[in-house]
Amino acid sequence: MSPRDRNGNARPGSVSPREREGDARPESLPPLERKGDARLEPVSPRDRIRDALTRSQGEQAAIVAYLTAGYPDPERFFPALEDLARVADAVEIGVPFSDPMADGVTIQRSSEQAIGHGVSLRWIFDELARREPDLASPILLMSYLNPLLVFGYDALAERSVECGISGFIVPDLPYEESGPLRAALSQRGLALVQMVTPVTPPERLEALCAASEGFVYAVTRTGITGRAVSLPPEATEYLAQVKAASGLPVCAGFGVRERAQVEAIEKHADGVVVGTALVEVLERGDDPAEFVRSLRPAR
Amino acid sequence: MHEDASEHEALLDALIAGKLPDERGRFGPFGGQYVPETLMTAVNRLSEGVRDVLPSADFRQRLEAELKTWVGRPTALTHAPRLGERWDADVWFKREDLAHTGAHKINNGIGQALLAQALGAKRVVAETGAGQHGVAAAAACARLGLPCVVYMGEVDVERQAPNVDRMGRLGAEVVAVTSGDRTLRAAIDEAIRDWVSDPEGTYYLIGSAIGPHPYPLLVRELQAVIGREARAQMLAAGGLPDAVFACVGGGSNAIGIFHAFLADRDIALFGIEAGGCGSALGQHSATIAAGRPGVLHGNYSMLLYDDDGQIQETHSVSAGLDYPGVGPEHSLLKLVGRVDYETASDAEALAALDECCEAEGILPALESAHALAGAKRWAANNPGRRILIGMSGRGDKDMPILSRYPRSEAGVDVAA
Ligand SMILES: Cc1ncc(COP(=O)(O)O)c(C=O)c1O
Repeated sequence: MSPRDRNGNARPGSVSPREREGDARPESLPPLERKGDARLEPVSPRDRIRDALTRSQGEQAAIVAYLTAGYPDPERFFPALEDLARVADAVEIGVPFSDPMADGVTIQRSSEQAIGHGVSLRWIFDELARREPDLASPILLMSYLNPLLVFGYDALAERSVECGISGFIVPDLPYEESGPLRAALSQRGLALVQMVTPVTPPERLEALCAASEGFVYAVTRTGITGRAVSLPPEATEYLAQVKAASGLPVCAGFGVRERAQVEAIEKHADGVVVGTALVEVLERGDDPAEFVRSLRPAR
Repeated sequence: MHEDASEHEALLDALIAGKLPDERGRFGPFGGQYVPETLMTAVNRLSEGVRDVLPSADFRQRLEAELKTWVGRPTALTHAPRLGERWDADVWFKREDLAHTGAHKINNGIGQALLAQALGAKRVVAETGAGQHGVAAAAACARLGLPCVVYMGEVDVERQAPNVDRMGRLGAEVVAVTSGDRTLRAAIDEAIRDWVSDPEGTYYLIGSAIGPHPYPLLVRELQAVIGREARAQMLAAGGLPDAVFACVGGGSNAIGIFHAFLADRDIALFGIEAGGCGSALGQHSATIAAGRPGVLHGNYSMLLYDDDGQIQETHSVSAGLDYPGVGPEHSLLKLVGRVDYETASDAEALAALDECCEAEGILPALESAHALAGAKRWAANNPGRRILIGMSGRGDKDMPILSRYPRSEAGVDVAA
């Protein structure tokens, strides 16, 4: 069965690895045969992210789940990734970095452990290629710039497409410096997601929303990852501004750990990003997919 | 090849003409602003401050007055005849060790604290390695009545204990950083995390010519007083030097002393990095000598990292040089060939420190001792030259470390 969203519609572009090799079920024709029909044109990776996170008014929020690559250990990581990809609408894989200056202690700790296990960008690509995990929703890589720079942008884009990666989030790469990476990713239809924050001035906010690809990552408060918050009252106005400026789905991030927060954001954004709370779930040895389900409305 | 050469020449001309960094914060290919979006507004506001406040008559006056009556500038130029006799050279020290709080760091500390105040900051955060910048920031903030938090790696808290107590006495809160490499690099990560949490009210008082634009420019402008004074003092003392030596950690004292001499093309400039205890990654902090371009702490510059792009742990006997990056202007000066970057090992620095104590009655900081060691080596191959050495700080803070090393006999033999 091809991946479906909660309404039971096949998600455009949610292509499992077997389908990628042409072993497609009757209901999802190989992309090549769709050529000529604009509506059925193969969906670019970045549009795949957009489509997976787009919500119409009143629908429940999309969930973007974060987990650090190779965490809690290289063996348990891939089952966790597959499970999460089934329950979340998109998954960010964190590329561990020695100096995660925008992250709080939890993600720092998971990064350090992953590096200790030999996890690197190269490892992520190699393991994705070797294991061909069944990933039901689009996957993004969240990485600080230096590992990407060292890998080489063209090689990065090529390898990402080969391994089924749809886009990138780079916390230490502001729009002004993003030209070279953006160009390389763009050539292959990969997304470079732009972050906006409550201290971003209005003009800049518009420019960033216009430049973003896949979705707009709206940080709802200043600060490093992982600090729990209830949605501050001024956040609703801010999210309204972001929504107004963006043609893409807007996902709000930082500090989401319970259903009530997701519910509060639902009226103002298309989705939420859940990171630190998920890493904590893994730290405790609990089930990450179960946790994501707990953020959805009770059935 | 030829094109490169003329391109490099043009870059050096632009640098000397004061046209670099450009408006995007680039020194040629190096520099830039690689910070989280949360900080973009803060760095942009700081850029405006550097552009508008720094050159204003009011700011200039206040800074001049503080430098003169509180820091104790101009610092002396000291002739070092006994050392010169041993080295067969005419040796001069620019005495930043005589500045208030004992190192060049105070030039930057008071300058940025004044700027923070002018920009309306409510609190200041700083990082420190050797503790010299932390002490400078703490003192400057006390002077101006600004609350100050200093992040310091756990390893450095231990090896620079006297400075930790000084910061406390000066009213700063010292936070020991237990994450990452627990030295200067982790302290900067942590200071940035703090800044990200309150980019509007908090001023990040960075301690070297590193970080995102406009910091490398700001710190250079505040440290350039070293070279301006030294050049005039050398002229007054009989003539310009043949060579200038400075130690390079993040590169602030070096850029400060070099800047006034960049246009004197016949004066050789040497930046001395920490060669540590070996040439393998992790055994030294020789960023320019052994690194490759990369991005850390907000700028694109030479950097020590492995094949996966992970920043490498560094080593130096001197905490102030124990850093895997270097300011972007130094990367440009290396690229265009205007400055030579060499290394001095832990052992060479320790020996140079003892020799300086014994010959001139000056206990240099372990950082500064690297510049002495580099100068000594050069003098051995270039006898009879006039040499200016940036004495970036005094070694009192290093006594806990020095107590672990027996006094070296190198100097004694020569004198006997
Ligand atoms: C005395 C002294 N010299 C040099 C340095 C190295 O810093 P920079 O390269 O920025 O001058 C330090 C840093 O703590 C220091 O304390």
